[in-house]
Amino acid sequence: MGSRAWRAFRRNRLALGGGILVLVLSLSSLLAPWITPHDPLRGRLPDRLRSPSIVSASGKPYLLGTDNLGRDILSRILHGGRVSISLGLLVVGMSIVVGVVLGLVSAYVGGWVDTTVQRLVDVLLAFPYLVLAIALMGLFGPGFLNLVVALAFKEWVTACRIVRSEALALKNAAFVEASRAAGAGLFRILFRHLLPNVIPGAVVVATLRVGWVILMEASLSFLGLGIQPPQPSWGVIIADGRDYLFRAWWISTFPGIAILLFVLGVNLLGEGLRDALDPRLASERLSE
Amino acid sequence: MISYLARRLVQAVPVFLGVTFVVFLLMYLTPGDPVELYMGQAGIVSQEEMARIRHEFGLDRPFLEQYGRFLWGIARGDLGRSIVHRRPVAELIGERIPATLELSLFAALIALLVAIPAGVVAAVRRYSLLDNVGTLLSLVGVSMPGFWLGLILIIFFSVTMRVLPVAGRMAYGTGLEPQTGFLLLDALLQGNGRAALDVLRHLAMPALAMSAGMMAMTMRITRSSLSETIGQDYVRTARAKGVPEGRVVVRHALRNALLPVVTAVALNLGALLGGNMVVETVFAWPGLGQRVVDAVKTRDFPLVQGCVLVYALTYVVLNLAADLSYAFLNPRISHGKEG
Repeated sequence: MGSRAWRAFRRNRLALGGGILVLVLSLSSLLAPWITPHDPLRGRLPDRLRSPSIVSASGKPYLLGTDNLGRDILSRILHGGRVSISLGLLVVGMSIVVGVVLGLVSAYVGGWVDTTVQRLVDVLLAFPYLVLAIALMGLFGPGFLNLVVALAFKEWVTACRIVRSEALALKNAAFVEASRAAGAGLFRILFRHLLPNVIPGAVVVATLRVGWVILMEASLSFLGLGIQPPQPSWGVIIADGRDYLFRAWWISTFPGIAILLFVLGVNLLGEGLRDALDPRLASERLSE
Repeated sequence: MISYLARRLVQAVPVFLGVTFVVFLLMYLTPGDPVELYMGQAGIVSQEEMARIRHEFGLDRPFLEQYGRFLWGIARGDLGRSIVHRRPVAELIGERIPATLELSLFAALIALLVAIPAGVVAAVRRYSLLDNVGTLLSLVGVSMPGFWLGLILIIFFSVTMRVLPVAGRMAYGTGLEPQTGFLLLDALLQGNGRAALDVLRHLAMPALAMSAGMMAMTMRITRSSLSETIGQDYVRTARAKGVPEGRVVVRHALRNALLPVVTAVALNLGALLGGNMVVETVFAWPGLGQRVVDAVKTRDFPLVQGCVLVYALTYVVLNLAADLSYAFLNPRISHGKEG
């Protein structure tokens, strides 16, 4: 980030707040094995469905209560955060790489390559995100990697479209023509000259999309088609509490708040980055 | 305009074909033979019998021929037969569409009724306390899972307050005869006030849960679009002529500001339809979303295929409608070469 962009970003209090939210939730999830008071997978049956409390006889209180198997909700949320956040980063990371490369090639090479890629983009855009992911999970069966592929299947499209339109505008810029005249090959032009110019846009897209992917993971896991219990993810814990809404409101409530805070943080951060790095993206539709 | 319309329709054809091809591939690549899946439940069937059935369904044909048959089936409204329900897929989908449409349209109505006035207030009183609260709420709206909001609503309205029913579309004993499948419409047509109220009570929570995202998005677009329009010269002219402020906002600015809103709403309606399956599951709403989730869980691939196809085609049509509405409403768009 250039110093001008950094100054603009630092002045944006909402974006900084979002960044702090993301940092706190990511760090506490990352450190979950060392900081959580209880085992996320093994509960104590005598302690089942305990309501949130700051005191306990054993000295290790259940701050956010326990579920029907006596597992500590806070510990499960922090461990679940490891799964949900890393899945979000993995899916978006893969999709950004694919989207950036295809977007650059599509814009610069043009012709039938461009037509083919863009038709594929059009077709994938025609599928509602969740419907496609659900059908793919039905086809692949459960599993972490399958979930990553099912979510990344359409995810790259957003980055591809935005990178392509930015690269199209640069394709005939003087510095690219100069480099071409000097005998630079395709590879060099794409990755040495065009790539650095589309990176700010890609960073903004990536940030804003992490939140979306985490929402989709929660939906799939809630339906029982994503992360499989007993392993916790935020969506899995919400599903755990569904049958206990009448007796234990806390099981489903708190993981949802974790999702809300993380996605809110990512969105604030992403919008701040967008205003600082690439304000033109404001008119782009980045959801779905 | 006509030529623009024709060109957009022609452009939709490859997308349509692409969608059917992807959906066909989904089924073609499914591990396991559909005949085995189908017969697996009927008991032991001899190899010869299996081969005969495979031949009858055309499953021993080359790939492209099978795809052609699939397309021909779609053209005739034949989407195959469900493995689990043993009924035509088109029928299984058709009977669920009214419930899903009723819920989605109701959710969209709630979203618009809240979002447009809220967006107007936020734009007129920019950077006021009201505007900041609205902006924050709309950010929260897009950052939370709709199905989770549904659960929170259940905890509040059903568990704590005990005022709204947890699941389903209607209680027993209201004396309503479903005819169109749109229960609210049926109740109104039959003049059954008690049933209409009951249907509304069942609709309230799932519709609210679904509407949050659309509400947030619509409010943000209304706010930014109207803020931009209010700064235009013609609005200043209207004010200078002495037109009352309320009239300036509504008649002069809002009419033009709603243009991008209409397009966004059409696009969001697609997203609303395509994302409703989780909310439907939470409220045991007998709609298309629940059908596709059940179909995936029971590995009823023909039904999954049919549902995905219907969702995607609806989406294509809504996107087309959004494009056309924008072109139709915006006199500044030229319908020349660059559509």
